[in-house]
Amino acid sequence: MRILTLAGRRLAASIPTLLLILIGVFVLLQFAPGDTVDALMAQMGGGDAETAKQLRQYYGLDVSAWAQLGNYLWRLVRLDLGFSAIYGKPVATVIAERLPATILLMTASLSLAFFFGLIFGVIAARGVNRWPDTLISTLGLVFYAMPTFWFGLMAIVVFAIYLQWLPAGGFEDITVGLTGFARTLDIARHLVLPTLTLGLFYMAIYLRIMRGSMLEVLTLDFVRTARAKGMDETRVVVRHVLRNALLPMVTLIGLQAGTMLGGSVVVESVFSLPGLGRLAYESVIQRDLNTLLGIVFVSALLVITVNFIVDLLYARLDPRITTGS
Amino acid sequence: MSAILTLDAVSVSLPRNADRPHAMSEVSLALNPNEILCVVGESGSGKSMTANAVMRLLPPGVAIDGGRILFEGRDLAGLSEPDMRKIRGAGIAMIFQEPMTALNPLITIGDQIGELFSLHTDLGKAQIRDKVQALLEEVRIPDPVAAAKAYPHELSGGQRQRAMIAMALALDPRVLIADEPTTALDVTTQAQILELIRDLQKRKGTAVLFITHDFGVVAEIADRVAVMSQGRVVEQGTAEAILGSPQHPYTKQLLAAVPPLDAPPPRELSPDAILTIEHVSKTYRTGGFLGRGQRVTHAVRDVSLVLPRGATLGIVGESGSGKSTLARCLVRLIDPDSGAIRIGGTDLASLSKSELRAETRHIQMVFQDPFASLNPRRKAGDAVAQGLIVHGTPRAEARARSQELFGLVGLDPAATERYPHEFSGGQRQRIGLARALALEPRVLVADEPVSALDVSVQAQVLKLLADLRVRLGLSIVFITHDLRVAAQVCDLVAVMKDGEVVESGPIGQVFGDPQHPYTRALLAAIPGRGFGSPVSASAG
Amino acid sequence: MSFLKLYFRSPPAVIGLLLLIFVLAMAVSADWLYPRDPLALAGRPLIWPFANPRFLLGTDNSGRDIAAQIFHGARISLLIGLVATIISVMIGITIGAVAGYYGDWVDTVLMRVTEAFQTLPNFILLLVLVAVFGSTITTVTVAIGIVSWPASARLTRAEFLSLRNREFVQAGRTLGLRDVKLIFGEILPNALPPVIVYASVVMAIAILLESALAFLKLSDPNVASWGNLIGAGRDVLRVQWYVSAIPGVAILVTVLAVSLVGQGLNDALNPRLKGR
Repeated sequence: MRILTLAGRRLAASIPTLLLILIGVFVLLQFAPGDTVDALMAQMGGGDAETAKQLRQYYGLDVSAWAQLGNYLWRLVRLDLGFSAIYGKPVATVIAERLPATILLMTASLSLAFFFGLIFGVIAARGVNRWPDTLISTLGLVFYAMPTFWFGLMAIVVFAIYLQWLPAGGFEDITVGLTGFARTLDIARHLVLPTLTLGLFYMAIYLRIMRGSMLEVLTLDFVRTARAKGMDETRVVVRHVLRNALLPMVTLIGLQAGTMLGGSVVVESVFSLPGLGRLAYESVIQRDLNTLLGIVFVSALLVITVNFIVDLLYARLDPRITTGS
Repeated sequence: MSAILTLDAVSVSLPRNADRPHAMSEVSLALNPNEILCVVGESGSGKSMTANAVMRLLPPGVAIDGGRILFEGRDLAGLSEPDMRKIRGAGIAMIFQEPMTALNPLITIGDQIGELFSLHTDLGKAQIRDKVQALLEEVRIPDPVAAAKAYPHELSGGQRQRAMIAMALALDPRVLIADEPTTALDVTTQAQILELIRDLQKRKGTAVLFITHDFGVVAEIADRVAVMSQGRVVEQGTAEAILGSPQHPYTKQLLAAVPPLDAPPPRELSPDAILTIEHVSKTYRTGGFLGRGQRVTHAVRDVSLVLPRGATLGIVGESGSGKSTLARCLVRLIDPDSGAIRIGGTDLASLSKSELRAETRHIQMVFQDPFASLNPRRKAGDAVAQGLIVHGTPRAEARARSQELFGLVGLDPAATERYPHEFSGGQRQRIGLARALALEPRVLVADEPVSALDVSVQAQVLKLLADLRVRLGLSIVFITHDLRVAAQVCDLVAVMKDGEVVESGPIGQVFGDPQHPYTRALLAAIPGRGFGSPVSASAG
Repeated sequence: MSFLKLYFRSPPAVIGLLLLIFVLAMAVSADWLYPRDPLALAGRPLIWPFANPRFLLGTDNSGRDIAAQIFHGARISLLIGLVATIISVMIGITIGAVAGYYGDWVDTVLMRVTEAFQTLPNFILLLVLVAVFGSTITTVTVAIGIVSWPASARLTRAEFLSLRNREFVQAGRTLGLRDVKLIFGEILPNALPPVIVYASVVMAIAILLESALAFLKLSDPNVASWGNLIGAGRDVLRVQWYVSAIPGVAILVTVLAVSLVGQGLNDALNPRLKGR
């Protein structure tokens, strides 16, 4: 119960953050050269001033910036993200179509990064300054230093072009029209390389944090107490060190959720995945500011959701959160 | 009677870059069944290393490089790691100084105690639960059922140490090693824990190796004593022999440094007050959400005290009594909620931030921690000159003055060019004193100025303070938890509890004939009360 | 000095420094070794590396010399990395110091802003900034600096929170020191080392962010950026994969060098924590 209260409080505290982001980005977009109508007219191949005026009126762009902001926020309260002139659909629809790919990619990459980051971090810390540590730490550094998009391209060269094991891009094979389990399998095959590309970078970060916090926790007094009980090293690590060492890593996941979502922009572009990130990129290119603002809103919501889950997880791991001290 | 644990010329080597090659050099000790052997020494004497060496829990880079550790006929120094693990916890158990960090914050007390049974016995879950309950009752923890389910942060320091003791005694080990088990505790809690250890030891016949720096504790609990210095045992014998007629000069010097509890004869006090504290209060509000569930702590509650010119006013109390908050209110590091703090005609409590910057030179503070109280990136001399420069003294003059002040507090004036890490703890406390004295304050607030120091260094700093008090006519507010120190330094004393002053008056009167029950409890809890004061020693 | 000795005792730190010197040397010698515009047509397109001695690393799909672009790209990467890092760390230190020192509502407000920056995915904000202000090398650099300060602000704040109640700061306050002196004279010098070490992380991220932007063709198209070249090589990835591969290695080496140096500095500053 205390957990839910705490998490609810965190959630309530993120409302001003969300408002701050929306207002900030909205104001920022006012500085953009040209608005949606300009972009639309350019797409149509030009038009006269009268058409532009009518379009502006239609999209509510003929009032002052503050009034537009007010209108926007008011529509947002009713869960209306506006209309995308470029796609000719409501922004909410456009985003909803793109969301599954991104959420799948994020979940898969995060799980990969977390799971292997944890395992390799523990292995490295157990053999600190010996060869397993050196090997893992070096590989971690290399993955960290590699630009994700480049890793993606090279993975395409090796696995899609030369070995032809995996598809080079896309979300699924639309030419065959698979259904059910076959379709799931097909999507999974398409997601292997993107997941590796995004996940390995974060795995490198997590393993470094995990290794460091393991070593830190190993020096703490209660570890000595555990040893003084006659406990062997493996049990000391599993029972006493692991859970304590996990705490900084869990915090980091919350802090980096936004960065990870940003990383998916690049990865989705490399693998032509129809996700939120690529939509962001396309709307920048096409100056579809309404959609861009909608993406900002939805991605902030996503990050807040991830943080909410991380808070719950943290409170589960650390009794000090819920029983207060 | 044959010893149960014998250290035979044990040496422990330190890593190559340490300040000396050996943490322990040829230490020989014998611990007999059913006795408490106190190993006493100052920091760096190797006493804690002795405990760790017996458990074979030495830090990385530190290793036993000579001698034998005999326990039940086996040499622990040569035992394989799996065999050693069977002894840890079951044959020899250990309790540590800081019960908060020695317990895993994420596991319940009951589970942490229960671990010992699952490690060393084949008992089932239900049996283990019953055993844990019985143990928690045995160490007299309040509400043992709830305590077993509690996490360490939900218990008080004393309760945590009781839980540690329950854990250590779970498997009835033949030897218990206690490494400064009461140092982190308040004096009244310390008295209870010492009594508990003594009691359990008698009942179970356990042999206890008790590591401590405090001769009061030694006098309270020891059957025999070994004194360590620089990794060597310089003297050992029965408690009466060591405390009553020490032979080794180092032991004599250490014992002489312990302040006796009897106050010296009272001094004539000036009739005019230099500092008046009137109805000062400070309240903290923490937590809560939109006004609900807020916790209110009255850190200082309506305190009124008077410091006569040239006198020393001691403020004593346990942790959480509000004595440090009060000290910080006096120098306005904390803004009091209400009340007045008058020096001369000025009420410090009502000054604005900029007015305060000018007035602050009249009241200066000496801090507790010699390591944290100096900026590591500033030369010692600059730290002392800084205050003068802020208040308008030209740089060169301030530098010269800082050298004089170094001389005044017994440091080499040339040392002004050195950085804090090049000084020892006692020297740093002298620098802190010089920094406070540089502004020639009318009142000096000393917040536990000697509690982080070893007893012999503590004696030197206290002597310096007494000396300066006479030479410079200082008026001092002296915050301390140590009643022995208070007895030696203070003319007047105020006893604080839960933010309030429960009793105050001339020190001889308050300590000699305490009126408030809390003052009595506090005085009764001082370990080795009779020890160090010839009068009460003969009296009882 | 013991600091240098500690630094040079760690082989990875030395390797990192050598790599960094190597990249620096490339940047410095670019004008001298490849005086021509690296983005100008140099020869036949898509010559494989080592096939023609004139173009040691071959040419890209527009017939530009890859080696020249790599050398000139080192300049751009280091320059953008360095300037963006300075901007980012300056913003971070200022906000973190003020929030950590004053605490209370100042802290609440500043941390809300920081949180907002961290909640909004940094790359999406970068896209918005570039969309609004255009993609010249200056705007890209400033934009990268603006999106990457929150972590250093949090770090500085944490240091300030732990230092501001340290006794030596309290001593300064009782001596009558002003807030500005306490912040800059007493606290900041002690808070700085971890932030400086963290700057190496910021620089690594800045270089990676710029290359990603360039890869998406949203960075300045008029400078020889490694990311641009990878983006260009993408069109011929099936056969002439080396066009993308070579600049990627350059980025990898540079980021690796910066990270290793940062780690070496960290270990040398905290000898007790060595190997963490």
